[in-house]
Amino acid sequence: MEKLLEIKNLEVSFQTYGGTVKAVRGVSFDLHKGETLAIVGESGSGKSVTSQSIMKLIPMPPGHISGGQILLNGDDIVPKTEKQMEKIRGKEISMIFQDPMTSLNPTMKIGNQITEGLIKHQNMSKQDAKNRAIELLRLVGIPMPEKRVNQYPHEFSGGMRQRAMIAIALAANPKLLIADEPTTALDVTIQAQILELMKDLQSKMDTSIIFITHDLGVVANVADRVAVMYAGQIVEMGTVDEIFYDPRHPYTWGLLASMPSVDSDHSADLAAIPGTPPDLTNPPKGDAFAARNSYALAIDFEEEPPMFQISETHFAKTWLLHPDAPKVEPPEAVKKRIRQLSSTFEKPVLVKEGK
Amino acid sequence: MAKYIGKRLLYMIISLWMIVTATFFFMRIAPGNPFASEKKLPPEIEANLNAHFGLDKPWYAQYWEYLVRIVNWDFGPSFKYKSQTVNDLINEGFPVSFLLGMEAIFIAVAIGVLLGIIAALKHNRWPDYTAMIIAVLGISVPSFIMASFLQYFLAIKMGIFPVARWETFMHSVLPALALASTPMAFIARLTRSSMLEVLANDYIKTAKSKGLSSGVITVKHTIRNALLPVVTYMGPLTAGILTGSFVIEKIFGIPGLGAHFVTSINNRDYTVIMGVTVFYSILLLVSILLVDIAYGIIDPRIKLAGGKKGE
Ligand SMILES: Nc1ncnc2c1ncn2[C@@H]1O[C@H](COP(=O)(O)OP(=O)(O)O)[C@@H](O)[C@H]1O
Ligand code: SF4
Ligand SMILES: [Mg+2]
Repeated sequence: MEKLLEIKNLEVSFQTYGGTVKAVRGVSFDLHKGETLAIVGESGSGKSVTSQSIMKLIPMPPGHISGGQILLNGDDIVPKTEKQMEKIRGKEISMIFQDPMTSLNPTMKIGNQITEGLIKHQNMSKQDAKNRAIELLRLVGIPMPEKRVNQYPHEFSGGMRQRAMIAIALAANPKLLIADEPTTALDVTIQAQILELMKDLQSKMDTSIIFITHDLGVVANVADRVAVMYAGQIVEMGTVDEIFYDPRHPYTWGLLASMPSVDSDHSADLAAIPGTPPDLTNPPKGDAFAARNSYALAIDFEEEPPMFQISETHFAKTWLLHPDAPKVEPPEAVKKRIRQLSSTFEKPVLVKEGK
Repeated sequence: MAKYIGKRLLYMIISLWMIVTATFFFMRIAPGNPFASEKKLPPEIEANLNAHFGLDKPWYAQYWEYLVRIVNWDFGPSFKYKSQTVNDLINEGFPVSFLLGMEAIFIAVAIGVLLGIIAALKHNRWPDYTAMIIAVLGISVPSFIMASFLQYFLAIKMGIFPVARWETFMHSVLPALALASTPMAFIARLTRSSMLEVLANDYIKTAKSKGLSSGVITVKHTIRNALLPVVTYMGPLTAGILTGSFVIEKIFGIPGLGAHFVTSINNRDYTVIMGVTVFYSILLLVSILLVDIAYGIIDPRIKLAGGKKGE
């Protein structure tokens, strides 16, 4: 498979009155053509900052990409100027935001919000763009698109607005679609419809998707691979099966244990991860998760763990995978789901820095 | 829409009736009368005068007569200027005040909006600080002091503009500036905060994520939304300009309605006070209605009640 996006050691920080917030601290991952990667993590773990950095949409200042590379088709976008980014945004990469109530301009017709990008990127005439907008609205499942195209956002329900937002994002046939918690603000039945729509559109248009969520529950349905983020770092990454059936990082265990599942009969076991994420102005020494981790070892408070590789596709950043680490059992709720996966290496392999 | 306007017109008539009634009774309980002067008039003459102006009739008769006359757009004779009616005064003074007011509104909106936009786009940099210093000065310096400043520096010291009177366009610049300074400063701050609010909105990020240039985003997505609160402010702005013009017209010796109004209050010229008050009230009510209608047209989320949906 061809690599569309390659992120290497990305670091993003924000200059605030309280000091420098290190929101993203060395994130690396790849994305292949047509693939869906889910980024999961609690609120504040740096998912939005990571994804907005890919489009250079973070406010600069106070934001600043302080290190790393973002290769789109092998071409680093970090040094690109705003003018150059305008040609990438909307055309190569598009984004859907969390709250469809606020992400559409309230005083502009839906149709015009779709055609803007078309006219800019594809040099379409007004009339052609409008016809294409109607077609797009139909594609995302909005009934009576000829009428809807002339309406304003307030005439749309939340779910319909998110569909319109998807139409805007897909207008210029981008190669990468970033969906930042696209269903979080919607109620459950609408959530399912939007997820269904996104899957359907992906198979039709063959876009790659980065799907951001704090809810592991929706991941299994949409993603090929999952990256678990904590305190500005990816702490575990693997295929959906690897993350769901063979998780190795205690933080992933915590997320899985706090996820309500259909087959779980004792819902009393549902446990949110205790404590709160660390302050990223002064990230703690050692592992950022140590203070909240009941499995923490002495070394966790001293030295940051390296990345270990568990299979061709499965990585986890925890000392527990070190050969000298004591053997620990994941919590009951997680243990129940663990399966032996055939692709797993015999032993975790330490990933050398600068891979 | 027609239904909405009809309803608003009805409310306007009710408000006007209350204003007319209130002014009528306030005038009656105010001490002194229009014929009071140093020289005591002989009682016969005073009785004659009272009879001439209908002041000898019981209050309810006077009140009723007054209402009937106002409905016929007749504000009666001036007590003080024997040969003039209140209508004459309004017809003469209002065009002048209107011109001055329009000029002031234009300055306030144009410069205020411009300053606000620049300040917001250069947030926390020197253009922002400069614009906000101008705004704070404009808000905290009362218009009559501003008027004297302008007269002193721009007219007397530098001789760019005439000091007073109402003859050419150049004569209107200083009074219009003085009148506009406070609302202009207010509009600048309003525009700035509203721009900053809009700029922080998700839909600006959406616009950016489409690959639009920052110029297009500013014009098409930011300014239009940021100006909505400014449109709402047009009602109070009109009121501010109207009341501000009383003092400014006096200071600059402009023969407008405001100056007449102040003179007539000093003279206890009942009919002029009442007539001009009613006239100003109508003006204000109409401008508020116009602003509301304009707002409904600009902001698609506002459907004027009674209007047909989806039109
Ligand atoms: N504009 C900003 N200024 C300062 N800090 C910011 C800004 N945007 C994000 N951050 C910080 O970056 C961190 C990650 O935020 P974010 O990526 O939004 O988290 P997530 O999307 O995972 O909930 C948070 O600690 C947040 O405070
Ligand atoms: S490295 Fe240590 S603190 Fe961090 S997750 Fe692993 S066991 Fe917990
Ligand atoms: Mg987020």
